[in-house]
Amino acid sequence: MLSNLGNILLFLNVILSLGIIYAANKNLKISGGVDKNIFQLSLIQSTSIIICFLVLIAAFIISDFSLITVYQNSHSLKPLFYKIAGTWGNHEGSLLLWSIILSIFSFLFLVYNKNHPKKFRLLTLIIQNILILGFLFFILFNSNPFSKISPIPSEGLGLNPILQDPALAIHPPLLYVGFVGASIYFSAAIASLITNYSEKSFSLSIKNWVLISWCFQTLGILVGSIWAYYELGWGGFWFWDPVENASLLPWFAMTALFHSLIVFEKRNLFYFWVIILCLITFTLSVTGTFLVRSGILNSVHTFASDPSRGVYILIFLSLMIFGSIFLLFQKYKKENYDLNRNSKETFVLVNNWFMMFYLITVLLGTIYPIFTDALTDNKISVGPPFYNAIIFPVVVVFLLFMALGPKAKWIKNKFENIRIYFFILTGAIGLNLAIIFFFKSYSLLSNFIIISALFLIISSLMDVAKALKKNKLDFARIISHMSFGFLVLFIGLNDIFSLEKDYNIKLGETKKFENYSIQLQNLDLKNYKNYQAVIGKLEIRNINSNQTNILNPEIRIYNKPKTLTYEAAIKTSLIKDYYLTMSNIDRSDYYNIKFQKKPLMAWIWISVIMIVVGGFIRLFSNAKNN
Amino acid sequence: MQKIIKLIILFIFLFVIGIFYVSLTRDTNYNTSSLINKETPEFKIISFDESNIYTRNDIKKNTFTLINFWASWCAPCKIEHPILMKLSQTKNLVILGINFKDKEIQAKSFLNELGNPYDLLAKDENGKQSVRFGVYGIPESILINKNLMIIKKFVGPLSFEDYNNILKIIE
Amino acid sequence: MKLNLLIFIYIFIFFSKFTFAAENTVDPNQIHKNLRCLVCQGQSISDSNSDFAQTIKLVVKDLIDEGKTEEEIYSFMSDKYGDWIVFKPQFNIQNSLLWILPYIVLIFGGFFIFSFLKKRQ
Repeated sequence: MLSNLGNILLFLNVILSLGIIYAANKNLKISGGVDKNIFQLSLIQSTSIIICFLVLIAAFIISDFSLITVYQNSHSLKPLFYKIAGTWGNHEGSLLLWSIILSIFSFLFLVYNKNHPKKFRLLTLIIQNILILGFLFFILFNSNPFSKISPIPSEGLGLNPILQDPALAIHPPLLYVGFVGASIYFSAAIASLITNYSEKSFSLSIKNWVLISWCFQTLGILVGSIWAYYELGWGGFWFWDPVENASLLPWFAMTALFHSLIVFEKRNLFYFWVIILCLITFTLSVTGTFLVRSGILNSVHTFASDPSRGVYILIFLSLMIFGSIFLLFQKYKKENYDLNRNSKETFVLVNNWFMMFYLITVLLGTIYPIFTDALTDNKISVGPPFYNAIIFPVVVVFLLFMALGPKAKWIKNKFENIRIYFFILTGAIGLNLAIIFFFKSYSLLSNFIIISALFLIISSLMDVAKALKKNKLDFARIISHMSFGFLVLFIGLNDIFSLEKDYNIKLGETKKFENYSIQLQNLDLKNYKNYQAVIGKLEIRNINSNQTNILNPEIRIYNKPKTLTYEAAIKTSLIKDYYLTMSNIDRSDYYNIKFQKKPLMAWIWISVIMIVVGGFIRLFSNAKNN
Repeated sequence: MQKIIKLIILFIFLFVIGIFYVSLTRDTNYNTSSLINKETPEFKIISFDESNIYTRNDIKKNTFTLINFWASWCAPCKIEHPILMKLSQTKNLVILGINFKDKEIQAKSFLNELGNPYDLLAKDENGKQSVRFGVYGIPESILINKNLMIIKKFVGPLSFEDYNNILKIIE
Repeated sequence: MKLNLLIFIYIFIFFSKFTFAAENTVDPNQIHKNLRCLVCQGQSISDSNSDFAQTIKLVVKDLIDEGKTEEEIYSFMSDKYGDWIVFKPQFNIQNSLLWILPYIVLIFGGFFIFSFLKKRQ
């Protein structure tokens, strides 16, 4: 029943998309405003795709195992919350969520851009609906969440237990709003090229959409990272894994885009560069999806993959890429710039320069193994050491520019007293030396990173002081930039002061290291609804302060599907986290425990949240000004 | 000039997408069976009854040696065992079995039950020696020729096809 | 002003002389982090507790005791298990683009921006 209803709604959406394209195309030729029918069609489109998604949620809630997707990803014993979250936790359901975002953004863009040329709005709508059609066809012919299975199984296969986590339930929707949201400025960019709408005002039509997608993309990456930290049990929060890189690539492009949009809006420069960034952002989103879902990459984050999906997404991707390239080649006109070396425009270009560097590095690292394998039959791994070696030295310079850039004025800037920068640098170096003096020394590169992060933080603080006096405060920028400085600082300190110890330990045994002792006091076997757990009781004692902490890591054996997972025990405080995992060793009565002290973890999360807060402040102030 | 740049850009994208397409059908699972045509590493491995120590000298004199890594706790090892029994009857081939991270009693009863195909039998209790051969999951087998070159690697249980291949090589 | 800066750089280098001299020993944990566990999905040896990871940890310890350097241990491993096992790709002809291209982009981008600037201030 639900299957038929879902399929009907999907077909209805195809028809609606075709209808919108037809109506918009007809409307293009007539003078006057945008036809009211088009608004209505677009609204119906968004509503019906949402209903379609609700139908799928209903199927998950009532555990309708006649649907393959429900059968493969759900189980009747699963808690209700995870049944619902399971809807978008799988490939088919997540594509449906994609279509929702594509449709809603399409509708809202049409509604909120009344001041822009009609032709531009209608064409954006047409392009966006072509994208929607592409996804609907993909859903219908390849990844239909409403496909039936017979005979109907009596029980589902369950959802991977490590995916049963609140962070992971909200992670995909956030991320999708981010990189699927990028579709709308892809469409707008194409429409702008076709209609030659290259005035400054073009930037007004997309800038809030770029900000929205950027904010959500950042939040999505943050939540994913928190999940990895809590759930994967390695104590790390970023692994430079292909799946993570796939979410980072559009982020770099978005960040570059909204910086150069500022210049475009103010000075009417860089039009083609803005367009290229719009196109790149969504193209990278689709590329990332291709890499993750086609299974051509080996990743930690298992995503059910299937080459036939790969072929489809690849065709879609090729059409997008070559379509945009041909259009761009046709319309491209050389622009001549004559910028002052010391001006805001130049500094924004510098931001873009670094973003492109990060983007190329991460993209290259992600896809290089595919190339070596296909061309030389040699499989290589590109992991954290590569990215750290290439990116971190450059971050030092980047942070310095990040501190100086926003202070520069438009067109031409006079360097204020250079002494101020010198004092800031002195302060940063002094603080760095204080850290070394009171705690411990670290590598030369770490010194530079800490110093440049401190430089950015101090100079942002001075901006606040100065702006308060003049009563002209660009809070959004200052908060985001300063928080980025804090983020790098905390990541650096976290890396330098982390402590990690690995032991094989028997019940009752005690191990000592530095000023800690750790004892495995007890092991408890407990039965739960859908898993069994071996719960360890370990006491961590700080010998100096005689403080003790009890940590309870678990080894869980889930029954549907049968999987072994290791639950880390984490004690979070403002200064540090204790992180402990325990695992059994085959054919032995020893347990392997890994103890980690991770300073300032909470502050890493807070810094990222503050970066996003800056983005939202800018968004609200934009909305107020319009 | 502009034309050349445009062509280069087009070519790059075509190339990338072409590689993506080709890679779709390639196996992404890694295994080491392509790491061949290397010299056998130096090793020192204790015999199963602890009476002897085997080194490269012990396989130098054979025309062909098959080193097989196995354990009683490894289920696929049972599957390939009949093939090893058949191979043990062929000439020109010495089979060196390396008992991997196993307990002596269980290993013995495994051989008593299913037969002993090994001309030489050694053990690697902590698995360290096996790392020298690049072993990462058992069963694995390595075929070595007279010049101590590794000419074939079998990751996973030996199949009937592998058996025929080995016969072809050693005859 | 310039003199101040020079003095500063000097002090910094002076401080760094004795603060950076610390690390000389090979850290096994660092090595474990840079080796891939072949039998697990994308995890490193350090993160995994599989049989294979345990054995590799033992072997790494032995190699360190033998006095091997970090680089020697990596090349030992990639000799036995292929390039796939090391997370840091070696710098060779095959991987040259991987290591160099990012910097080419960086330098090229710099020139590009420079070309937009006014020739005379």
